[in-house]
Amino acid sequence: MADKLLVSRLNFHYGDNHVLHDVSLAIPPNQVTALIGPSGCGKSTFLRTLNRMHETVRNARADGQLLLDGEDMLAMDVVSLRRRVGMVFQKSNPFPKSIFDNVAYGPRVNGWMKRHSLAESVERSLRRAALWEEVKDQLHQSAYALSGGQQQRLCIARALAVDPEVLLLDEPCSALDPIATAKIEELIFTLKDACTLVIVTHNMQQAARVAEHTGFFLLGKLIEFDRTEVIFKRPARKETEDYITGRFG
Amino acid sequence: MAAEPVRGASRARGFLGRLRAGDQVASLITATFAASVLLLAALLVFELFRGSALTRDKFGWAFLFTGIWDPVAGEFGALPFIYGTVVTSALALAMAVPLGLGAAIFLSELAPPRISDALTFVIELLAAVPSVIYGLLGVFVLVPLMRQVGAPYGVGVFTAAVVLAVMILPFIVSISREALLAVPREQREAALALGATRWESTWQVVVPYARLGIFGSVFLALARALGETMAVTMVIGNDPKIHASLLAPGYSIAAVIANEFTEATADLHLSALIELGLVLFLLTILLNGVARLLILGTTRRGTAQ
Amino acid sequence: MSRRRFVNALMFGITGLCALLTVSVLFFILGYLLWYGGRSLSWSFLTQLPKPPGEAGGGMANAIVGTGKLLLLTTLIGVPVGFVAGVYLSEFGSGSFPAVVRYTADLLNGVPSIVVGIFAYALVVVPMRHFSALAGAVALSLMVIPITMRTTEQFLRAVPQSLREAALALGASKWQTVATVVIPAGFRGILTGTILGVARVAGETAPLLFTSFGNQYWSSGFNQPTASLPVMIFTFAVSPYDDWHRQAWAAGLVLLALMLTANVAARLVLSPKVAQNG
Repeated sequence: MADKLLVSRLNFHYGDNHVLHDVSLAIPPNQVTALIGPSGCGKSTFLRTLNRMHETVRNARADGQLLLDGEDMLAMDVVSLRRRVGMVFQKSNPFPKSIFDNVAYGPRVNGWMKRHSLAESVERSLRRAALWEEVKDQLHQSAYALSGGQQQRLCIARALAVDPEVLLLDEPCSALDPIATAKIEELIFTLKDACTLVIVTHNMQQAARVAEHTGFFLLGKLIEFDRTEVIFKRPARKETEDYITGRFG
Repeated sequence: MAAEPVRGASRARGFLGRLRAGDQVASLITATFAASVLLLAALLVFELFRGSALTRDKFGWAFLFTGIWDPVAGEFGALPFIYGTVVTSALALAMAVPLGLGAAIFLSELAPPRISDALTFVIELLAAVPSVIYGLLGVFVLVPLMRQVGAPYGVGVFTAAVVLAVMILPFIVSISREALLAVPREQREAALALGATRWESTWQVVVPYARLGIFGSVFLALARALGETMAVTMVIGNDPKIHASLLAPGYSIAAVIANEFTEATADLHLSALIELGLVLFLLTILLNGVARLLILGTTRRGTAQ
Repeated sequence: MSRRRFVNALMFGITGLCALLTVSVLFFILGYLLWYGGRSLSWSFLTQLPKPPGEAGGGMANAIVGTGKLLLLTTLIGVPVGFVAGVYLSEFGSGSFPAVVRYTADLLNGVPSIVVGIFAYALVVVPMRHFSALAGAVALSLMVIPITMRTTEQFLRAVPQSLREAALALGASKWQTVATVVIPAGFRGILTGTILGVARVAGETAPLLFTSFGNQYWSSGFNQPTASLPVMIFTFAVSPYDDWHRQAWAAGLVLLALMLTANVAARLVLSPKVAQNG
């Protein structure tokens, strides 16, 4: 089974600040990979290099090899990369538009314009995000009328609408209550068939629940990367074990 | 689900090719528009210098100090207008600053927030009243009034100063109020805790703390007063001489330009008027620059209106 | 101690009086305009051309239309320039160039309107050899550009960065993000500010005195001297004819009504929604 994403010796700098050191890992397709670690360990920074969002910041620099299905991610056109590798952010950020226009935004901006297929696409994405039944009668209302958990699922639907091969989730549930969190975790299970998911979380139980593979970051280094049960039950490194058992962070 | 991305992708590739260039084109186009602002400003300064070249060459710096304005004889001096402009503005400030500062203090320290906001809204509407309407009231209401209280002509430097004072009042009130509101609560509380009355805490602590913003509002008001044209033109009397009495008619830079520009047939006359415009321009730029420096650091609004 | 308390009460009383006086000026102005202007306002005033002095009646229809023409042209010329420049400053600018542009626009903003009139005269009237609505609109545009630019930049900057990121992450290019997400998000505020800006220049008289000049009759197109409300008010007010004085009041009422309506509408109706996520 070829790796979906292959990262080799990734080093990341914010100006003179060396934030990620020689990170290498392989993300398997159609599975969920979780990235855990204490605050400030670099896991979110790492995630953001996977769709080159770091390029929106002036002094950020990523060196190393990033391959998507064998293609060099740093060399390819960034706009098409971002269509293939989607992102859901920590705090939901729907556009000040209607629910329909939010989900349709991605397809529209990528040139898929036929109205009939847009409506189908919107419905399909909302169903995949488990939001369709709740909003099907209010598609043209403002997205801001939805609750926090619904808005986050809307953002997931929006990301799904461009049929990404990889979906990056940056602490998607940190601003949500337990029930909304549970809904999103259920969602993650169903998305695996069509997508590869990488989720950053500070909640270890969540990682244990949803991910097949887990990577542990500390101070900008990837300390350990293995199947989730290994990381949580038989970690190879002492730092991993310390974090898991709550001795710090 | 796999079919759609493939169809979309091949259609999108040509589209995407146009997209990358799109960013650079957008950046270039918007930058050009921004540059046009610079171009316009430069052009303005250039035209002012070019248009005034005749009189600048002929009179030199003496233009600023000569008191004679006689288009027929070809004698041009800016002094009466500089005098009129400066005196009306200074008088207007002398009247408007105490009144405006008093109102600002009331609005920021004493009035409950909703009343303060409502009254400020009304006062800021005053700033939206066009100059010519102030002029209208000046001519038909103030001038007869002045005649009744003793000014023989009704029109004059003092009348113009009164109208100007009313016009710059909203700016002083609005900006000073912002400056006062920006003073941290701890300052007031420190004074009150020491046993000061509210007035003492306001006058001795809050107002001095906000003085930069207040000075800024004064400079801004002054800059506006200097450039005010219509209202002044209608009530100042249009007499290009310097009189001792403030109740006598006078003239301001803006007023003489407004009145004589379209009548000026001689090139020298026109040049003199444009040179007056240049003087006014430089004066207001200077004052506005100082005002902005003062206001920038001290009010909640970052930049002046 | 009681003396201090007395001073306290007195000073606050005085400042209250100052506030009251200031506020009352507006009502004073409104009152006079309503009284004198209202009496001279009639349907014929709004629809007829001015009659020569001495003849009763007549109106300022051409001035009202003229002001409309000038504002239309100003909106077409000045607003786009200011808007696009504002987009540049907020979204595309880098280095020290934006700061220079901003500073220059602030400078332009402070230029007395009569000086702007001189500039427009040199730029448009001299080459064309005659007065025109176009020249007047150029003058007014010069005043509208800095206002529109500042407003646009301000409201675009206020759009949260998270919205831009969301769009970029969906594969939108930068200009697409700006055009389809950022500008719509900031639109209401920009609209409010622009309306306020155009309303402000609608009342300007000085820059029109030697650009659009004035006209006793209708002007066709944009290439002729054009009557405008502010200039006509000025001309009639300083004339020696009582009838013209009455008409100046009426025109003043019309002008003020237009401007106050625009101001109040922009601030009350549009602005509150700006505070929400609109």
